[in-house]
Amino acid sequence: MNDVSLVLESAARLSALLLFVALGELLAERAGTLNISVEGMMLGGAFSAVYVASETDSAFVGLLGGIGAGLLIAIVQAELSHRLTINQFVVGLAINLLVLGVTSVLAASVHLSYHQLGVLRIPLLADIPAVGKALFQQRWPFYLVYLAIPLTWWLLMRTTWGLELRACGENPESATASGVPVQRRRREVVMVCGLYAGLGGAFLSVGLIGSFTQNMTAGRGFVAIAAVILGSWNVAGTVVGTLIFGGADALRLALPAIGVDIAPQLLIVAPYLLALMTMLVFAQGRRQPYALGQGYEDVSA
Amino acid sequence: MTVTENRAADPQEPELVRRDWMPSRQRLREGATFAMLLVLCIGAALGIASGLVAVTGASPGTVFDAMTEGSFGSTAALVTTLNHAGLILTVAIGACIAFRAGLVNIGQEGQFTIGGLAGAAVGLSLPFSGVVAIAVILLSAAAGGALWALLPAFLLYARGVSEVVTTLLLNFVAFQAVSYAVNRSFLLQETVPKNFPVAPQPQSNQLPEADRLPSLIQGIGYSLLITIVVATALVLIVAIFIARSSWGLRLRMLGFNPRIVRRLGLRSGRIGGAALLLSGAFAGLAGGFLLTGVVLRIQGGFSSGVYGSFSNNYGWEGLLAALVARYRPVYAVVVAILFGALRAGGGVLSATGVSPTIVGVVQALVVLAVAIPAILLRLRQRRAQAALMRERT
Repeated sequence: MNDVSLVLESAARLSALLLFVALGELLAERAGTLNISVEGMMLGGAFSAVYVASETDSAFVGLLGGIGAGLLIAIVQAELSHRLTINQFVVGLAINLLVLGVTSVLAASVHLSYHQLGVLRIPLLADIPAVGKALFQQRWPFYLVYLAIPLTWWLLMRTTWGLELRACGENPESATASGVPVQRRRREVVMVCGLYAGLGGAFLSVGLIGSFTQNMTAGRGFVAIAAVILGSWNVAGTVVGTLIFGGADALRLALPAIGVDIAPQLLIVAPYLLALMTMLVFAQGRRQPYALGQGYEDVSA
Repeated sequence: MTVTENRAADPQEPELVRRDWMPSRQRLREGATFAMLLVLCIGAALGIASGLVAVTGASPGTVFDAMTEGSFGSTAALVTTLNHAGLILTVAIGACIAFRAGLVNIGQEGQFTIGGLAGAAVGLSLPFSGVVAIAVILLSAAAGGALWALLPAFLLYARGVSEVVTTLLLNFVAFQAVSYAVNRSFLLQETVPKNFPVAPQPQSNQLPEADRLPSLIQGIGYSLLITIVVATALVLIVAIFIARSSWGLRLRMLGFNPRIVRRLGLRSGRIGGAALLLSGAFAGLAGGFLLTGVVLRIQGGFSSGVYGSFSNNYGWEGLLAALVARYRPVYAVVVAILFGALRAGGGVLSATGVSPTIVGVVQALVVLAVAIPAILLRLRQRRAQAALMRERT
């Protein structure tokens, strides 16, 4: 029983980490931009959070610094790929390389100290057996997921802005014809994605770990992209997707302790296979945004 | 209705119709502006990189010298550069083919890895070694890469699922497949003699030395592999095929406007599917080159996390090279050599006390510095055209 509770706790943490990033990526993908630089935004957020926390001696200011760094990287991505119309994969790959290099070089030369945000325990709710601790006794930014999920859904499905985003992702030409500034919406959504990804990275460094190590996100940005795909590009699906990825990861980490003999590789790969199977079986009803990953040039601009 | 029908041509696709050979005065002026912008952007990129080096307390000049010395400074350095470039170029050719068909294959890392895995599996089970064995290994590596692109091709044309998404996902499946295989003694994990003091590592047995790719020039501490020559030959073949063959025309038509292809009664699935498979095959072949040319065994440390350790970023760099070369294999030769030089230069950096990861920074900045001038010029043209349109209406 204790084991189950521990695995659930770690699964909740890892899923929340992915969810922050995945929600931002979901918004971006619905607008048609497959933002592979989330990996870089996340890593940049993780580094800046610890750096700012060390400079100001406050983990909270560090968290804000991480979010700011995510936004900064997103502005670079947005301006280059959705104003200058450089291919978004070129920009994304370049940014990932750039951030990995810059954070590694700086981490080796600036002084970083240990800073971690506090655990917040919600009374009563945390006493629920099994899931109580997992959901209600975590580092406090964890609880932002309860805010981020409905906020993202509302932004995407209930605002004019969200409707226009979806139009940009489905058919940018028609969106332009209806007066939607496609490139501007895409820039905006990439910046929002940067805020989310920066928060995710900061949550990893000053929230879960307390320090920064080289390439500490280790491809989690890509996992978040996969979770959006597994979640078939809607908010509820993305939440389930991150839970599956986070759960599998937590289970893999706990395997030696529990003493169950499953190949860890199978656990890691299962969510990806699930995503591919979903597309194989349900392709008609659960398709991606039509214009996903395609560049767009507004001729009238 | 599949995704491809709805897809607009990529604005960065080279034009379907060739321009006049003689440059006009306007073209010359554009060329001069382009060159000036390029110099400015590269200067800015180097400036930023030097700034970063200075922040860490090292001298930018020392780092620059070390990098040029390590990439072009001696025969050994040049050989290292070209060996890296051969691998990157092979991946890039495949990426170019897919892009010219309007398809975005971002699964080179996985296809490369599976190529290495297939090559190692076949090579280790062959009862003979030597030139024939090398050919068989390389062919199976290419076949492995193509196989890894088969599912995306099927999902794209039978199910309408974007190949961007599926090729990306399959990267991670490939890394885990290798990790699984080299951690299982009944699959590919190395066998060690009984009572051997060290436990078997997560890697395959080594291929016989006779399965090593022949080298062109050999000296103390260096050996120029034939990969760069083979890759350059492949570039020429592919470039001619794309430009001159009817298959190449269909490929370009598909990239330019998938509807034309359908109206002509051609099957876009067959052309695009072939392009994707071919693209995967090139990435797989590059994996085979790395296997037979350098490492002779496949490794997949579990600790490498989401990234594969065998592919070592060659797949991403090949993709990036194709993108920077604007999908033209011939230009990709230059970009691949540049990327190879950065890799080689980075290898010697640790001696200067600067983290070799600074190479990634330089690479990224150079990529952007090359991409920006072309885009700026095109945007100006588009604006002028739009202004002309408005005047007319």
